[in-house]
Amino acid sequence: MDTNISFKLKVWRQAGPKEKGHFETYELQDIPTDTSFLEMLDILNEQLVEKGEEPIAFDHDCREGICGMCSLYVNGHPHGPATGATTCQLYMRRFHDGETITVEPWRSAAFPVIKDLMVNRNALDQIQQAGGYVSFNTGGAQDANAIPISKVAADEAMDSASCIGCGACVAACKNGSAMLFVSAKVSQFALLPQGKAEAKKRVKAMLSKMDELGFGNCTNTGACAAECPKNIKLSNISRLNREYICAKLSD
Amino acid sequence: MEEKDKTIQANVPVIDSKIPEGPVAEKWTNYKAHQKLVNPANKRRLDIIVVGTGLAGASAAATLGEMGFNVLNFCIQDSPRRAHSIAAQGGINAAKNYQNDGDSVYRLFYDTVKGGDYRAREANVYRLAEVSNNIIDQCVAQGVPFAREYGGLLANRSFGGAQVSRTFYAKGQTGQQLLLGAYSSLNRQIQMGKVKSYNRYEMHDIVIIDGRARGIIAKNLVTGKLERFAAHAVVIATGGYGNTYFLSTNAMACNCSAAMACYRKGAYFANPAYVQIHPTCIPVHGDKQSKLTLMSESLRNDGRIWVPKDIEDAKKLQSGEIKGSDIPEEKRDYYLERRYPAFGNLVPRDVASRAAKERCDKGYGVNNTGKAVFLDFSEAINRLGIDVIRQRYGNLFDMYEEITDVNPGELANEINGEKYYNPMMIYPAIHYTMGGIWVDYELQTSVKGLFAIGECNFSDHGANRLGASALMQGLADGYFVLPYTIQNYLSDQITVPHFTTDTPEFDEAEKRVQDNLDKLMNIRGKRSVDSIHKELGHIMWDYVGMARTKESLEEALKKLKELRHEFETNLFVPGTQEGMNIELDKAFRLQDFITMGELIAYDALNRNESCGGHFREEHQTEEGEARRDDQNYFYVACWKYNGDDEKAPTLIKEPLEYEAIKVQTRNYKS
Repeated sequence: MDTNISFKLKVWRQAGPKEKGHFETYELQDIPTDTSFLEMLDILNEQLVEKGEEPIAFDHDCREGICGMCSLYVNGHPHGPATGATTCQLYMRRFHDGETITVEPWRSAAFPVIKDLMVNRNALDQIQQAGGYVSFNTGGAQDANAIPISKVAADEAMDSASCIGCGACVAACKNGSAMLFVSAKVSQFALLPQGKAEAKKRVKAMLSKMDELGFGNCTNTGACAAECPKNIKLSNISRLNREYICAKLSD
Repeated sequence: MEEKDKTIQANVPVIDSKIPEGPVAEKWTNYKAHQKLVNPANKRRLDIIVVGTGLAGASAAATLGEMGFNVLNFCIQDSPRRAHSIAAQGGINAAKNYQNDGDSVYRLFYDTVKGGDYRAREANVYRLAEVSNNIIDQCVAQGVPFAREYGGLLANRSFGGAQVSRTFYAKGQTGQQLLLGAYSSLNRQIQMGKVKSYNRYEMHDIVIIDGRARGIIAKNLVTGKLERFAAHAVVIATGGYGNTYFLSTNAMACNCSAAMACYRKGAYFANPAYVQIHPTCIPVHGDKQSKLTLMSESLRNDGRIWVPKDIEDAKKLQSGEIKGSDIPEEKRDYYLERRYPAFGNLVPRDVASRAAKERCDKGYGVNNTGKAVFLDFSEAINRLGIDVIRQRYGNLFDMYEEITDVNPGELANEINGEKYYNPMMIYPAIHYTMGGIWVDYELQTSVKGLFAIGECNFSDHGANRLGASALMQGLADGYFVLPYTIQNYLSDQITVPHFTTDTPEFDEAEKRVQDNLDKLMNIRGKRSVDSIHKELGHIMWDYVGMARTKESLEEALKKLKELRHEFETNLFVPGTQEGMNIELDKAFRLQDFITMGELIAYDALNRNESCGGHFREEHQTEEGEARRDDQNYFYVACWKYNGDDEKAPTLIKEPLEYEAIKVQTRNYKS
């Protein structure tokens, strides 16, 4: 557990949204393998600050794999080589001594770069605002046990609801599609009685917002589900398609 | 009356908590029946700023929007959905009594007051227990996928400090699901134009006009520019100050700067010494570590906490000669079950944390640093099978394995036909802060028109918070309490027109913020923000941590003074103020963490007793349990700013008055 590794880090640096970006290479020496990937970046940033240089800007917050803030494209994979984990849950024991590690921001037309490795994912919020909710005002709820919901449906809704909105699916998709993200929310509500009343309106509104914001279409390559840190299943997209067709047919 | 007078020094002013008349169970009903309301046409004329989008902030912003107010909602992250409430794992309490195990509003109220070591305000806690059931109804209606039984009804589990199963949960991601519920309601209001959402904004100051909070100065973290926002009332929902300790389970951006801005503008800061140290975190592994990871308290339902009985075994564990699974059942000391038979592994967090420290201090720690104890699932796996255990805790086991490279569900040894699985290693870490901005019953601070909700206020948890009660409090404040009480304040504001930000008060506040940023940029010393923050963390953990003494606290105050000097003379912030500057933002927060650290130390030094999360070594029983002093410290300690961060604050006391509950010594043994 206590081994140290040294490696080269090729990092995307971009001063601002309108500036031109480039790769910068840094050498890191003797990094303990039980350091997390983001802690490794902290160490590098500390060294940069000591040299009077500006640190690398990257998004991160909870560092427990749940907030969805971290968003690094490491060695060609969103969130790096580990499966079912976010960048913050990636540990240096996944890498080798002497390796060159490439770090880029999410690349997608819908996610403009703000600075270095940080992108603007506001488009995901806008899709949710278009219909990712049950229209219900505080205070008017009936007793929580009034409508029994089968454990199977509840568990499946929970699996869909696990999406952390990080955007790895978009970054992984060659079309830059947000279908997995949209389908996770649509599925959660489609599986629960509370979501039924607005199901048709919801699926149409969220999909049309996705199109409007410059996300691509889905061609079923499955890269999104393969890279999703929360293992959101591709079957959500099938459900989304069913929901959409049903909604359109009843127009 | 005589009894009360004794506890209050004559020369210190007493503050009014505005607790309504009547028996504790009727106070909230009475309040709502008589409070002033704002009619729908007038709500449209009123603007409210809500800073923060965690459970409290998002639920308040959404609900105020639904009611018809114009809401301006700010968050520091790139989306409201990322606030740190999202990381809460275990669950949310409510007094539904769906399990028919004897729960009631009164019992939840009682458990919370007792869990808080009789230092919470009775009336607030009762209201919290009362609205807890509405929260579950509300969240289910929003489509929150709580765990269910096969019959289709909601499932519950038990949590520390309670003898009933009243905790609702959504896998190990309850905070996430509740926050996404509030976020969805918030999104609906954003879509309808009732809430305007400002992401990647950080509040730097409150603007006070004629004694009332009327706006904020916020920094746009992307452009680096300061911006002004005005409103009829300001609500702060910016969480706790756990990151004062550098290493905590808080997210990296969690900070106390908004709360400190309120404090400097006259809002009292209450009970800062009450800091919760969570017993089940993954132990510290090295000096490069950036934060600590919490393992949910729900693990204590099936996990058993132990250290070796023999010191020799402990030494072998520390040197790596043997592993936990090599030690057979009869040589394990399940010290919580031994010391607290009635509650066992489910004692409250402060008790469990101190018990772990006690064993480790005596040399029984189980890892190379000697600062860890085992949390073991062997008995549960043997009883229920690995599948059931994985279903309950699978994601937590995976998380633990990713971080430590050890799989707790893996069969590791068999001794005399008994199967032993890899135990987890855990150690206490800073997790939650019970102290916070002082608020009255209406959640209004000592500044008119300034409200504080969720973790950033002090009100409901006393000296120690029970597990699964933080989510409850955040949502209670945001959905069901503040949207009522704020109207009592706003009802006489309906003739006040929308504000412009073009006033001398805004000019002055912005100038002060700008001057401070200039100051931070121009120190041009040698040290990075993080290096000073780490030093702060060491001072806080070593001298103001789990066990405090008069000497350690005085030493802390001395060291903090030196650290402030170091910060002010030797800080280095690279870059400029144009555009994003993450180091400058961190420097701004660290400046306030230092002031916060001093405030914690002052309060801890003043409170010559042990209660809940505040443990003074001088004040313990022979068995090492906390010894309270109700005669002298049965009050909320409110600290008033004295115009300068370097001056000691003034103590003002809010005496506690218990009507419904008899104050006694906490007992989790029988």
